[in-house]
Amino acid sequence: MINNKFFGRRRAEPPRPIPPGQYLEDGFPVLSAGPTPRVDTATWEFSIEIGGESVGKWSWEDMNALPQTALHTDIHCVTKWSKLDTDWRGVTIDALLEDAGVTAPTGFVMATCDGGYTTNVPTADIVDGKGMLVHTYDGEPLAPEHGGPIRLLIPHLYLWKSAKWIRGLKFMENDEPGFWERYGYHMYGDPWREQRYTGD
Amino acid sequence: MAAESKEPGAAWHIATVASVHDETPRVKLFRLNLPESLLKRGFHAGQYFDVRLTAPDGYQAQRSYSITSSPDQPNLIELAIELIADGEVSSYFHEAVEVGDRIEIRGPIGGHFTWLPLSTKPVLHIAGGSGIAPIMSMLRHRTSSESRARALLIFSARTEADILFHDELDQMAKSDPNFNHIIALTRGAPQIWNGEDRRIDRPMIDAAISTLVGSEELPDRAYVCGGSDFVESMGNYLLDSGMSHSDVRTERFGP
Ligand SMILES: Cc1cc2nc3c(=O)[nH]c(=O)nc-3n(C[C@H](O)[C@H](O)[C@H](O)COP(=O)(O)OP(=O)(O)OC[C@H]3O[C@@H](n4cnc5c(N)ncnc54)[C@H](O)[C@@H]3O)c2cc1C
Repeated sequence: MINNKFFGRRRAEPPRPIPPGQYLEDGFPVLSAGPTPRVDTATWEFSIEIGGESVGKWSWEDMNALPQTALHTDIHCVTKWSKLDTDWRGVTIDALLEDAGVTAPTGFVMATCDGGYTTNVPTADIVDGKGMLVHTYDGEPLAPEHGGPIRLLIPHLYLWKSAKWIRGLKFMENDEPGFWERYGYHMYGDPWREQRYTGD
Repeated sequence: MAAESKEPGAAWHIATVASVHDETPRVKLFRLNLPESLLKRGFHAGQYFDVRLTAPDGYQAQRSYSITSSPDQPNLIELAIELIADGEVSSYFHEAVEVGDRIEIRGPIGGHFTWLPLSTKPVLHIAGGSGIAPIMSMLRHRTSSESRARALLIFSARTEADILFHDELDQMAKSDPNFNHIIALTRGAPQIWNGEDRRIDRPMIDAAISTLVGSEELPDRAYVCGGSDFVESMGNYLLDSGMSHSDVRTERFGP
C-alpha cells in the first residue's frame, strides 16, 4: 500500500544490497530483554553438551588459548537496522568442537547464556566457519551491553540468534524454540528472506 | 502466553488513523482503528506494532511503536510517537499523517515486556520520556481491570511541558490508593513542584522501592523503558539494589 506523502529520508545508497526492510545504521544500537548481567571472567566457564552429556568445559584462559580467528562481516538486527563492515575476533565453534575431540552432531543447538537467555539454530549454521564466539569488537574488548565478555556471532542470521553473554551450547536432535522464538520470533531468522516472525 | 500472540502475523494489515493529538511539544498521539482482520487477535499491555511506510516509487521503511492504550479497548490502538530530528518515520507521522489516513501495520509483537492483570505482585515501573508508552498501557489496564496490585512509576521527563499523560497519571494516583508516581524533571522544575528535579538515581530508586514494598523487601518485577543509555543505567541501579536479573524486564527504543 502506497503512502502518497511519504518519500523517505533515504540515507546514502548502501555500497552493497542489505536485506529487505532494513536500514543502514552507523551506531551500534542495543537490544536486550533485561538488564546487562554481570559476568566475572574469573569464574566464567563455557560448556558444550551433546544429547545431555557434557563433552567439554573451558575457562576464560582456556578460551583465550584456543586458535583465534578474525571475522569481517555485516550484521542485521530484527529491529530493522543493519551495520556493515564490522570486525570481530574470537574462537570458531569448529575450533571448540575440535578441542573437545568431537564432531558436530546433526540436528540443532540451543545457546544458553548468563541472564537466562536462550536461542536455537540448526547445527549446520554454526559449523564450517559460520558461527563463532567473539570477545573482541573493532579491536577492543566487547562491551558488556553488546554481550561482553563474549557472545555468539552468526552473522548470516538476525542478530538475536547471536546470543550475548553466552555460557554454553547444547546440541539436540530436534529443534526447540529459544527465548524470543517462544514469543513468536522466527525459528530460523534469515534476514534475506525477512524471517522476522512466525509465519514469515 | 496466549496462543494468538505466538502469531505476530506474516501479513500486513491496514489501520485507519482515527485521531491525532499534540500531547507534548515533541510527542503526538495517534489512534488507529484496527481492521476487522486484527480484531480477534487482541494484545497484551506492553506489546508493540510494526509500522511500514511505502513511497510512491516502492521504497519502504519499517519501525516499531509500542501500544499505549489498554487491551480492553481491542478495536483501536494508541501510539505515542516522539519526533526524532531527521527521523525518517517519526517526522512523517508528525508532519504528514492526518485523520483518515491508512497505515500498514503488523502485530502485536513481543511477549516478554508484558503485564497481565492476573498478577497481584508489586511492580516498579521506570520510564524515560516516550518510554512511558508501553508502561501506560500496563497502567491503564491496571486501572480498567481494577487491579489492586501495588504499582509505583518513576517517570523522567525533560521539563513539565514534556510530561506525557500528565493529567491522567495524576488522576490515577489520586483515585487509586495502590498506585504512586514520582516525576523526575531533568532540565529544570517549575517554582512549585512536588516531584523530583534531578535525573533518576540510585537513592531515588531505593526510596521508591521503600515506598512500594518497605525497606526490607524488593518488588517482584520491574519494567524499564526508554532510550538505550537510560535503560542501561536503570538496569544497573536495579541490579545494585538487589533485584535479580530475571525480575527486571526492559524495552529499549533508541540507539
Ligand atoms: C520495540 C520498540 C518499541 C518502540 N516504541 C516506540 C514508541 O512507542 N514511541 C516512539 O517514539 N518510538 C518508539 N520506538 C523507536 C522507533 O521504532 C523509531 O526508532 C523512532 O521513531 C525513530 O525512527 P525514525 O525513522 O523517526 O528515525 P531514524 O530515521 O531511524 O533515525 C534518525 C536518527 O535518529 C537516531 N534515533 C533513532 N531513534 C532514536 C530515539 N528513540 N532517540 C534518539 N535518537 C534516535 C538514529 O540513530 C538516527 O541517527 C520503539 C522501538 C522499538 C525497538
